[in-house]
Amino acid sequence: MQWETVIGLEIHAQLATNSKIFSGASIAFGAEPNTQACNVDLGMPGVLPVLNEEVVRMAVKFGAAIGAELGQRSVFARKNYFYPDLPKGYQISQFELPIVGLGEVDIVLDDGSVKPIGVTRAHLEEDAGKSLHEDFHGMTGIDLNRAGTPLLEIVSEPDMRSAKEAVAYAKVVHQIVQYIGICDGNMQEGSFRVDANVSVRPKGQKEFGTRAELKNINSFRFIEKAINIEVERQIDVIEAGGKVVQETRLYDADRDETRSMRSKEEANDYRYFPDPDLLPVEFDDAFVAAVTADMPELPEAKCKRFSEQYGFGAKDAVALIASRELADYFEAVAKSSGDAKLSANWVMGDLSGALNRDGKSITESPLAAEMLGGLIQRILDNTISGKIAKQVFEAMWNGEGSVDEIIEAKGLKQITDSGAIEQIVDEVIAANPQQVENYRSAEEQKRGKMLGFFVGQVMKASNGKANPQQVNELLKQKL
Amino acid sequence: MSLVRDDVEKIAHLARLAVNGDELDSVAAGLSDILQMVEQMSSVDTAGVTPMAHPLHMTQPLRPDRVTEENRRDLFQSIAPQTEDGLYLVPKVIE
Repeated sequence: MQWETVIGLEIHAQLATNSKIFSGASIAFGAEPNTQACNVDLGMPGVLPVLNEEVVRMAVKFGAAIGAELGQRSVFARKNYFYPDLPKGYQISQFELPIVGLGEVDIVLDDGSVKPIGVTRAHLEEDAGKSLHEDFHGMTGIDLNRAGTPLLEIVSEPDMRSAKEAVAYAKVVHQIVQYIGICDGNMQEGSFRVDANVSVRPKGQKEFGTRAELKNINSFRFIEKAINIEVERQIDVIEAGGKVVQETRLYDADRDETRSMRSKEEANDYRYFPDPDLLPVEFDDAFVAAVTADMPELPEAKCKRFSEQYGFGAKDAVALIASRELADYFEAVAKSSGDAKLSANWVMGDLSGALNRDGKSITESPLAAEMLGGLIQRILDNTISGKIAKQVFEAMWNGEGSVDEIIEAKGLKQITDSGAIEQIVDEVIAANPQQVENYRSAEEQKRGKMLGFFVGQVMKASNGKANPQQVNELLKQKL
Repeated sequence: MSLVRDDVEKIAHLARLAVNGDELDSVAAGLSDILQMVEQMSSVDTAGVTPMAHPLHMTQPLRPDRVTEENRRDLFQSIAPQTEDGLYLVPKVIE
């Protein structure tokens, strides 16, 4: 039988605020356990949550970025369940009236076509604490620093039909939340968490199959692996005459399998009701206008502009806009060098390579964009060749000075004096009579390749400093 | 709407309330009475009435995004039954 996969994603984006969603405790990562958990986060009697205005702004920004309906009146609700890392016995979330309603994001498929993925809603909620199960004499340790950290839960429609599409969608959302500056996107630290609702159905069937919810997926690679392994499992279950159970399953990356965590039927009964401690959140059009006034250019628009303005193909444009910082860096290089194509090559080539090698991000680059732009200028004005430029790049990377200082100090300036080049060319011709003979007796179409030998010898003799175009021309004349 | 023993057991479990077996019937009857009283509301015509999320006709005040809380872990943990390495210790939770 032919099976079709149906996937919907729930993404929890941790909002990049200073303080928690309902208290003035810090959300900085990596603090000593329970040093950032105040009486509101601990659910002490008599405390009242007060909403952080920044989280409202961030949610509205996201809604505007995906063209969603904005819930100008949204309501917080209590989601009731018992777990030790949830001291109040309920999580404050949103249920019937979320802050962001129906929206859409576009993903690009392998064949280059665009597929819109529906975003059902995005709502604000607080995170729970952390349970540490290892090594406390049979007890569980609880750290409540994370309790009350603001989250935006972004729920998609079940619009994806393969693991690849799910990854593409997750990446687009990941890019958007970082572009608009509401989430740092760090998957290892759990700032961007992806849960996948996965089901299968016979191809052509309208009704959805029973779904399993996959949790504990902390990289894009694992999203694809976890979904594929779960799809295989479900098909095996059905083809063996069994039934898929609605449940939460944990992905185990070490064993590359999904494991049942808990049956959802009972846990599902969260008895939501409006939180009497919090009033409805309302905002007007003026608020939305103020929030979206400083909205940066979004990835999709930037990609389009890069293609048009700089004449890049889709692949180059996509690579250059991977992050806002990278795109900004590239544009600064292009502006200072005056050559976008060459700038793109250097940014994606030598610079990215060096950043990778040293484990640095673009914002930590030891080379300011203007320095790289300056280097490219020296290639363009024939002061140095592209090959020598790589040497200069390394020296600049190691902090040896500006482009001109390095060229001067190392004597790398390109030889463009035709007299000087001619002298070297003559020497090379005189030293290789056999090759000269071969070249002269060769057919025209074979000569191109043979010329390479002489160019190489001349470049070697000049320590790579002779201007390659001039060398080529002189050799052709003289041979 | 009325509740039976099974409903009460389930609700009690979800709310982590200990209800004895011999109390189940009377609790079910009591809760059913309350639900029936509330059901009278269904006869009221509420067309055009906005569902109420809060009895106060006000909207949520917002606070600026500033860290105002200091570390008071020692104070908070002074009433905890058991702590270690700054963590609250609780009976083992097995998933």
